[in-house]
Amino acid sequence: MPEDGPPPMKDMAPTVVSARKLGLNFQTNDGPVQALSDVDLVIGKGEFVSFIGPSGCGKTTLLRIIADLEKPTAGEIRINGLTPEQARKTRAYGYVFQAAGLFPWRTIEKNIALPLEIMGYSAEEQRRRVARTLELVNLTGFERKFPWQLSGGMQQRASIARALSFDADLLLMDEPFGALDEIVRDHLNEQLLQLWARTNKTICFVTHSIPEAVYLSTRIVVMSPRPGRVTDVIESTLPHERPLDIRDTPEFLAIAHRVREGLRAGHSDE
Amino acid sequence: MTASAPIAAPGSASAASAVAFRRLSEGSFLPVIIVVGALIAIWYGFTVYLNTPWQIDTYQRAGTTWTATDLIRDTMAQERPVLPAPHQVVAELWKTTMEVRPTSNRSLLKHAWITLSSTLLGFAIGTTLGILLAVGIVHNRAMDKSVMPWVIASQTIPILAVAPMIIVVLNAVGLSGLLPKALISTYLSFFPVVVGMVKGFRSPETIQLDLMRTYNASGAQTFFKLRWPAALPFLFTSMKVAVAISLVGAIVGELPTGAVAGLGARLLAGSYYGQTVQIWAALFMAAALAAILVALVGLAQRLVMARMGARP
Repeated sequence: MPEDGPPPMKDMAPTVVSARKLGLNFQTNDGPVQALSDVDLVIGKGEFVSFIGPSGCGKTTLLRIIADLEKPTAGEIRINGLTPEQARKTRAYGYVFQAAGLFPWRTIEKNIALPLEIMGYSAEEQRRRVARTLELVNLTGFERKFPWQLSGGMQQRASIARALSFDADLLLMDEPFGALDEIVRDHLNEQLLQLWARTNKTICFVTHSIPEAVYLSTRIVVMSPRPGRVTDVIESTLPHERPLDIRDTPEFLAIAHRVREGLRAGHSDE
Repeated sequence: MTASAPIAAPGSASAASAVAFRRLSEGSFLPVIIVVGALIAIWYGFTVYLNTPWQIDTYQRAGTTWTATDLIRDTMAQERPVLPAPHQVVAELWKTTMEVRPTSNRSLLKHAWITLSSTLLGFAIGTTLGILLAVGIVHNRAMDKSVMPWVIASQTIPILAVAPMIIVVLNAVGLSGLLPKALISTYLSFFPVVVGMVKGFRSPETIQLDLMRTYNASGAQTFFKLRWPAALPFLFTSMKVAVAISLVGAIVGELPTGAVAGLGARLLAGSYYGQTVQIWAALFMAAALAAILVALVGLAQRLVMARMGARP
């Protein structure tokens, strides 16, 4: 199908991630642990998909499998039609971790240039991209600062800029705002939506906050533990344009309620 | 004080001395002076106490009458005291550094330089060897399992027992002079560097290593962009220990060889001839040398860390 025709219908969007019967067993001292079992999932281009669930439900594991940081022990997964390893080698995604993980000996601009240096961009191109991504996350003016001179929220924004700098179409975010306070988090959620709208990236977002998942996502994947599995997939009916106060509308609350029910159902059958 | 402030404005002298006094009382200078003063006082006490038996013996043999003042004065002025007085050591230091040509065999500076040169050579080889071993241990499972026990075992052997053998063996293969002594320094100094750098190379967090993996970074890129900079603080800390024990190694290397020059030779000659003042002077020179070397490594550390964005 043509990549650059008129925007395709949502369910016709090219597939970015497709998983079938995906499973992962960890061997521990207490025997095998089923971190993930029977996950079927298709994520189309331009979607914002949240994975929500209690600890141990495998949401981070799933993200790490997509990123080729873990190997699945069952089933099949393709990223842009490639295996996760091939996709990683084509630098198909940017990954944002729970902690900013900036290198303390590099300035903010040098931190953002890190993937560009590794991928062999010219110095000129590096400068251009660092300036552009800093602008995207509203950190222009902080180029020469070291990470410790920035607040936690600003550090996390810098780490998002780092993941954006090499223009991967897929952004994997593992509870990026989990360690931040509510106010900073609201602010960053709003900025993330704007950024998503401007860049048209596909975003996979792991969280354990219901309001965050509902506010951000076009689709919410509810997961439950032991074994880690998908219990519900909720298509959001919220409009693309989402001011923060959309969270007080009945529509928002209805989706949040369904997510909560899904989480509770996952817990009750233990 | 800013650059625009006048250098010596009239009337600023009292202000400056007030500032100097405040700095003196706030900083570590005053406490250090007090401790040093106390140590010197204790030292003088022991000088009198330890040298008294020999002094009284001397008085009796000569049949002189003596007072307490005589005794105290004379115990501090013996030629071969059990414990020389601080001012005797200072006088010896002054005499052997300032009043003789630096090229003379009686110059402590010459001996210090000889020891220093093998210290620095041994330290350089030891640090390089330590870093290379640590790189191997971190990147190679077999080396991780096999090398570390030997590294630790090497340090359990008393260096005084090994040093003569190293010197003799190296002499037999035609190596003499600076290098054998330096190798004893190396033997001691590579150890803290290996231990520190293995820890340093393993200090990056998991997410930082995962991050490099998501970029499909090569092993060399991960090493030079992540592991090496992360290990630098560990390197400097290990190097401070390594440079001090390099000096010990160089001195020990001079003892069994019958070396004619160097601080170790100076210590040995002093003990042969009962020249305690000379021994103490050499000891103080060694201590000063060690302090200077450690301070220099510390200075390098501060400069590098400042460039790497460490908090002031």
